[in-house]
Amino acid sequence: MLSSFIENASTYGVDIDRLFLLITILVGFWFIIAEAALFYFVIFYRRKKGVKAQYITGETKRQKRWITIPHNLIILCDIVIIVAAIMVWYKVKQSLPEPDEKIRIIAQQWAWTFVHAGPDQILDTSDDITTTESLHIKVNTTYHFELESTDVVHSFSVPAFRLKQDSIPGRVITGWFNANKTGIYDIQCAEICGLGHGVMFGKVFVESSDNHKKWITQNLNENRGAVVADVNKDKPIKISNNNG
Amino acid sequence: MVNNISDTDSLSHKDHHTEASFWSKYIFSTDHKIIGMQYIITGIVMAVIGGYMAYVFRMQLAFPGKAVPGYGLVSPLDYNMLITNHGTIMIFWVAMPILIAGLGNYLIPLMIGCDDMVFPRINRLSYQIFFISTLVILISFFVPGGGFGGAWTAYPPLSSEAIYNHTPWGAPLWVIAVALEFVAFLMGGINFITTTMNARCKGMKMYDIPIVVWMIVIASIIFMASVGPLIAGAVMLLFDQTLGTSFYNPMNGGDPVLWQHLFWFFGHPEVYVVLLPAMGIVAEVITVFSRKKLFGYKTILYTTFATGILSFFVWAHHQFIAGIDPRMANIFTITTVMISIPVGEMLFCYIATLYGGSIEFKTAMLFAIAFLAEFLIGGVTGIYLGASGTDIYFHDTYFVLAHFHYTFFPIAVIGFFTAIYYWFPKMFGRKLNETLGKIHFWGTIIPFNGIFIPLFILGMGGQHRRIYNYNHFPDLSTPSQQDLRVFATTSMVIMLVFQIPFFINFISSLFKGEKAGNNPWKANTLEWTVPSPPPHGNFAEMPEVYRPPYEYSVPDMDNDYCPQNCSGKKI
Amino acid sequence: MSFHPPLATSRSMTGIPTGRLAVWWIIASEIVIFGGLIASYLLFRLHYSEWAEYASHTNTVAGAVNTFVLLTSSLFIVLAHQAAIEKNKEKAFRFIWFTIGGGGVFLLVKAYEYTTEIAHGYTLFANNFWGFYYLATGLHGLHVIAGMIIMGIISFDVKKGVKLERVEYIGVYWHFVDIVWLFLFPLFYIAK
Repeated sequence: MLSSFIENASTYGVDIDRLFLLITILVGFWFIIAEAALFYFVIFYRRKKGVKAQYITGETKRQKRWITIPHNLIILCDIVIIVAAIMVWYKVKQSLPEPDEKIRIIAQQWAWTFVHAGPDQILDTSDDITTTESLHIKVNTTYHFELESTDVVHSFSVPAFRLKQDSIPGRVITGWFNANKTGIYDIQCAEICGLGHGVMFGKVFVESSDNHKKWITQNLNENRGAVVADVNKDKPIKISNNNG
Repeated sequence: MVNNISDTDSLSHKDHHTEASFWSKYIFSTDHKIIGMQYIITGIVMAVIGGYMAYVFRMQLAFPGKAVPGYGLVSPLDYNMLITNHGTIMIFWVAMPILIAGLGNYLIPLMIGCDDMVFPRINRLSYQIFFISTLVILISFFVPGGGFGGAWTAYPPLSSEAIYNHTPWGAPLWVIAVALEFVAFLMGGINFITTTMNARCKGMKMYDIPIVVWMIVIASIIFMASVGPLIAGAVMLLFDQTLGTSFYNPMNGGDPVLWQHLFWFFGHPEVYVVLLPAMGIVAEVITVFSRKKLFGYKTILYTTFATGILSFFVWAHHQFIAGIDPRMANIFTITTVMISIPVGEMLFCYIATLYGGSIEFKTAMLFAIAFLAEFLIGGVTGIYLGASGTDIYFHDTYFVLAHFHYTFFPIAVIGFFTAIYYWFPKMFGRKLNETLGKIHFWGTIIPFNGIFIPLFILGMGGQHRRIYNYNHFPDLSTPSQQDLRVFATTSMVIMLVFQIPFFINFISSLFKGEKAGNNPWKANTLEWTVPSPPPHGNFAEMPEVYRPPYEYSVPDMDNDYCPQNCSGKKI
Repeated sequence: MSFHPPLATSRSMTGIPTGRLAVWWIIASEIVIFGGLIASYLLFRLHYSEWAEYASHTNTVAGAVNTFVLLTSSLFIVLAHQAAIEKNKEKAFRFIWFTIGGGGVFLLVKAYEYTTEIAHGYTLFANNFWGFYYLATGLHGLHVIAGMIIMGIISFDVKKGVKLERVEYIGVYWHFVDIVWLFLFPLFYIAK
């Protein structure tokens, strides 16, 4: 249902969409019942000449059933929602599947810097490729990202991946995603970060394996050298892994 | 200043009172009714300012980069300032003063059968501090650098370092204003709690207290118990901003997430602090206009307690993706989703109250019904955000924004209008015009849905908050999405225009409205047993209470109502 | 232009005098303020082991002296309360001023402490331990000053024999200030 508003391009996006649907059905049911009852009562019991209102305290056991039965049913629905939500949460945020590739994302006022590991697939080596604004990743590949911030709190959000994570200055936060559809998707900053929050945009290019290789070789020569030092310059002081 | 009140004869003092100067009568009065009115009027003025801000930034979103009529070009810094202060003002300077401080002051002594608050001078001091805080927040828009623009949540380091937020004066003034406001409401809250505990009239037992008084008192207790850590946190933030300490600065061993915890430990209970008085108002209105006893008075009371207690254990659902330990999210998902149980139960009791009633569609009743209908939307959409799995996607999108406007708008605006249409005759002795009232009602409710339903859709499409121009994001600037934004803005302008009948109604009814008499709605609670407007000292003779507050349509009685102080035999 | 309290003030539905009720609610709201501050401090303290080293530079002797002074002043306010119950105005007045004297000694020791710490370079800005130290003890100091001022004001009423019940209310508040110190002292001075 969510995918009719925005397409889904990651493996766990489907789970979030399903959870959305589940919640919609459960709360939609209660919403319709409550609104229907409200409007039915409002219309049916409008003031009529000679009809006196009833005297109902709502304190007797029989009357209380009108509250206790829905109450118990709501608890049941809540349990279903909680279990489903925690399952999705566990998959997306709490578990960390083995990575195929690693990237580093550095947020600052008001730009994204992406450090791609390069051909050796290891960060902080001389063949890293650093870009701003555009992130290039391989389709169907599990990525770990290390999210850092050099100044204020930002939030790395790719709506098409159903991915969002705040970056906290002074911390390195690790997370994962696996894009399963090639294309170009928006990156937004989701946490207000000052004057340029509205222009802190980026693009993620999900490329097929071949295209990604091509992109790496193309950029390797241009990028070599100068960038590595730049990356380490603003390394935060405190490092803590928040995943687990 | 004459505040001499004797137990038996307050009418003679009324004559006495008129001799007092304008200043001592209206500005420095210790009378709870005047103070309540001062809070309400300040709140209305601030609501106009907050509404104007909303108008400016909605226009910017609909027509980005074009000059807004009545404001001019909106720069990104302006935009941040506007959204930040719109949020801050609407919550702390509109919802809080009107619903708790204003109506609390006006109603509590009247409804519990008493002549004033137990600490009238502390009450006056509370308003004066609040007034100073109002001046501070207004001044903060005009200092060099402009008003604070780090969102009403004020996450550091953005809020703590001037090099990041570019408002070296605006940010500290914002913190000072909010802190002063907290102090004012702490004083007011202690007054409400002690007054209700100790100054009830003879015969008024626990379960004879009207629900709205209960709700305001419980809200005051929740406020008092949750705001303390944030006051300490605000002092730390102020030190960081002005003295250069580093409580929240990670570069010097501070922790920005600490503020988030302190803020939301207050921020979430705050939702219930403003919700409960609005629920109380609605309880009064639906019982009167459906001539029904409140369904399950005790059930409502217990669910209120349960909601209040639970609200202290849900704060981290605002921080699911803010870098907290992911295991913590599971606990907070459970508590957050659980809060739907007592709130849902409360709403069911309200809806059940309408069953078998004799419903009269006065404007106040229409607003009360609209409150229930609209708040339900706000309530059910909260589940998506409390469930950690979907919150990953929805966090900080327009879905959140639409969700909390569907809760706060019914609370602060619909709740306020319910109260004003219902208690206006008591406050000023004249009724508001019903025709203008109904125009105002439909002109508020329909555009309100027109504003926020499109924003739900935009939020589901992944549009994030607090971005001043979506043209930089190709996925978000398709023509259909821009149409939705224009639709929302148009609805908003229409809604603002439809507030004009309200102001016309308010002012003309003050002078020309139909005389109300003591009890125009045939209601049971004690404030309707005194003249409208109530004289200084409220009751000529202190009342005694014989029955619960919602005895409408009792079988075998001539009248379909029976005021609490009516000493006739029960049934 | 004298102020006449409304009837509401004299009512007591719960049986507890309104003043006492209000003092307890004020204390409840103060507890959460100090509670939030202390909880924040503890979170940092448990997270950073090096804070124990910083804490070793606080003056434990001065802290201990102040604990003693504050406890003694609490005893004086109890005695003042006792005297107020006996309607012994002079005695109550004297003991209130003994209490104020205790607060004064406390502040003097505190001033000495602050000056030596600052002289050693441990200012508010040294690091967050010292930030919390000055914030917590400073906030507590403000409460001591506020208590002294209120006691000074009511002592003259007490001498005249009016509103003797206020001695009890300020006593409750003073005990609260004392108890806060009993939390701050181990947390900032003893735990190393």
